[in-house]
Amino acid sequence: MSSKGPAVPFGASPERGLPAVAGGERTETRTRARANPVVRLLADIWAWRLSYLFIAPFMLCFTAFIVVPVLAAVALSFTYYNAIEPPRFIGWQNFQYLISQDLLFLKHALPNTFKFALIVGPGGYVAAFLLAWMIAQMPQALRKWFALAMYTPSLTIGIAMSIVWLPLLTGDRIGYLNSILLKLGLIDVPKLWVTDPSLLMNSMIVVTLWSSMGVGFLAMLAGLLNINPEYYEAARIDGIRSRLQEIWYITIPAMKPQMLFGAVMAIVTTFKTGAIGVELSGQNPTPEYAGHLIINHIEDYGFIRFEMGYAAAVSVFLLVLMYLSNKLSWNLFGEKGDDGR
Amino acid sequence: MKIRIGSRRLAIDGFRIAVGVVLSVMALFMLLPIVYLFNHAFKPYHELFVYPPRFFVREPSLQNFNELAGVTARATVPMVRYLFNSVLISGLAVALVTAVSALCAYPLSKHRFPGSKWLFGLIILTLMFAPEVVQIPRYLVVSRLGIMNTYFGHILPLVAMPIGVFLLKQFIDQIPDALLEAARIDGAHEAVVFFRIVVPICMPAVATVAILAFQSAWGNTETSALYMLDEEMKSFAFFLSTLTNNLSNNVAMQGAAAVAALILFVPNLVLFVILQSKVIATMAHSGIK
Repeated sequence: MSSKGPAVPFGASPERGLPAVAGGERTETRTRARANPVVRLLADIWAWRLSYLFIAPFMLCFTAFIVVPVLAAVALSFTYYNAIEPPRFIGWQNFQYLISQDLLFLKHALPNTFKFALIVGPGGYVAAFLLAWMIAQMPQALRKWFALAMYTPSLTIGIAMSIVWLPLLTGDRIGYLNSILLKLGLIDVPKLWVTDPSLLMNSMIVVTLWSSMGVGFLAMLAGLLNINPEYYEAARIDGIRSRLQEIWYITIPAMKPQMLFGAVMAIVTTFKTGAIGVELSGQNPTPEYAGHLIINHIEDYGFIRFEMGYAAAVSVFLLVLMYLSNKLSWNLFGEKGDDGR
Repeated sequence: MKIRIGSRRLAIDGFRIAVGVVLSVMALFMLLPIVYLFNHAFKPYHELFVYPPRFFVREPSLQNFNELAGVTARATVPMVRYLFNSVLISGLAVALVTAVSALCAYPLSKHRFPGSKWLFGLIILTLMFAPEVVQIPRYLVVSRLGIMNTYFGHILPLVAMPIGVFLLKQFIDQIPDALLEAARIDGAHEAVVFFRIVVPICMPAVATVAILAFQSAWGNTETSALYMLDEEMKSFAFFLSTLTNNLSNNVAMQGAAAVAALILFVPNLVLFVILQSKVIATMAHSGIK
């Protein structure tokens, strides 16, 4: 903070005077400020009061609906809270139960989430990059249409997504997938794509992948299109031969910031997915907990069993999981190599 | 890799054709369910349950639209009410999210007030978290604020959209300081600088944030399910999700559900098609550095 230059708001120099901030008042506070760092900071804050006014509406909502809930989740995770009696502090008991005794969590929610996240997260991410790269190879006139085609599925948010897919995956012979596979002779009896516990997870993964070319995909496409073509020419002179080398040595380093943004988006959308299993199978909980993800576990304890303290502990676990995944992508794509940190 | 015969240009063309074919196949796979949705919505009953199932509609009819309207004909809350709620919520959410995010992004980008770096760091950090994860404390906050069962309960949680501030801030970073400085020397107040210079320049980013806000509001079922007690306060998307309970075992409502899904999907698509170039322009600056 100390290196942030002169404490003059809005970049104007003091000689010119400041229309936005009363001039006399400021010089007075500045002389006083030299004496005491706290007074100096307060004076600084007062001088920038307009900036704080600008950010106030967002910060109020942000605090109320994001910061406070996250802090409250952490606090509640150490309590027993059933929404009727006041929360009672119980230390690490929730977490101990979670990682040692909660069979539903250990046998279903956790492995399911890992399987789902490992395929949908990195898989969707790589697919988004490859699709964006292929689109960038196309002539200008076609790019727009291909981008639209890939992005459109992600517009069928939430419930509409299941409605699109359900008739395709219906378990009887009227379901399109069954009908096609039966005709091709690949299966003998119709498969229960969304109600058979051994198939539900695969259906969930396919449908989620289908709809995952969202904001991150667009960011990577935009990043690809913005790379200076001279880089490629220079690389060719330097002896880069194949397209793979080009992607590895030029494309990815040049669009690292967008790669990181895409990775963050992929992680968030992957871990927040939860309703899809319930919507596809039409049952809550999903048949034999085959599509039970950590998010479903939170809802189960929070809104059905009303063990909100325990549910908060599960959500803290998920937050940590998301944070670690983000940390990993930060290490891969974050810009820090140059100054040797 | 291809064997290159003759000039590089020739090789590129061959490669491009191959890539184009792969992309076309992918595009087909991605769009198939959407094409199907449109067809399904216009199928009359006797085509919905025919075996073998037909992909394309033969005799388009509006039967399903009537059925959807009929579902709520005898209920206390007509379908129009859900639609009205959704339109109102989405409209207000778009207006508030864009205004509030832009107001916050401008000082974060151009004013170096105490704590600005820290605040932006916090916003990037929350970009990594999904609010869905902490829905229980969120529920408690909403109930303590006394906005349960009001339109505020629908809208205010959506206003806290970190990605909106993030995208706008990254876009405003492109505006040269000299431009703003020139206006200030001419005596323009910060509010004037913001509305006359910053907002017009970052219209592509504003449009992008508006689209994202619309998507999250229009398809939102969560606020209806958790914060709304009365049926007449709930959104269209929520109404749709009640329609489709047990859809996998029951084909009776499929046509009506397809129509409802179409109503949810088409506004998103139209908005995106109109604003696509602006979204791409904004995304070019979306990188996290």
